Amino acid sequence: MIVLTDQPIAVADVIAAVQSDRAGAVDVFIGVVRNRSQSKNVVRLEYEAYEAMALRKLRELAAEAKMRWPVEEVAIVHRKGVLQVGEVAVVVAVSTPHRKEAFEACQYLIDTLKEVVPIWKKEVYEDGETWIAAHA
Amino acid sequence: MIAKTPDNATQPAACRVRIALFGVTKDIVGQSEISRTLPQPATVAALLDDLKAAYPRLSGLSSLAVAVNNDYADAAYCLRENDEIALIPPVSGG
Repeated sequence: MIVLTDQPIAVADVIAAVQSDRAGAVDVFIGVVRNRSQSKNVVRLEYEAYEAMALRKLRELAAEAKMRWPVEEVAIVHRKGVLQVGEVAVVVAVSTPHRKEAFEACQYLIDTLKEVVPIWKKEVYEDGETWIAAHA
Repeated sequence: MIAKTPDNATQPAACRVRIALFGVTKDIVGQSEISRTLPQPATVAALLDDLKAAYPRLSGLSSLAVAVNNDYADAAYCLRENDEIALIPPVSGG
């Protein structure tokens, strides 16, 4: 399951997508919109994606994780559009036979997603807005 | 007598490309897509130079990559007119 969506993410569905009888571990990262950033109150976030390339890069990341760890299944779901504080922006779920690889693969996936996948986040504050450069 | 070839026929054709814009680059340029005509060789590096000259605020970004056909392209890649090209400012997903 590799998806970009403008609808709320059903976290349980993402976890269910990586279920495997061979997997004794499922690690899940949930990225959530927080209310403070750059010493300002965040009103909302606006995500924009270069959709075709973002999906391609996400599939590449999933394939890379499967090469580097004994991964059974990977699911990545990322929101686009307008998100309010408290909403889930991204879910990464990984299933592996044992927990160590699940943690490692999941961290690799979210860290690399933030570096290479063409998705942009604009933070809207009470008194302005700015495009975030996570890897400035 | 051999017909003289017009001088410009010996010049490589210019390359007209369309570039999709996202995030802060869309705000800087003021459009979600632009066209540029580049002399050959129309490399990624030449495109970036052209765009930074036309839109100086692009030079202030901490990074600016070019994607061709949905993957990051090297500076030396020669663009073709039918390539799907996009500017990639610093990403901030997650």
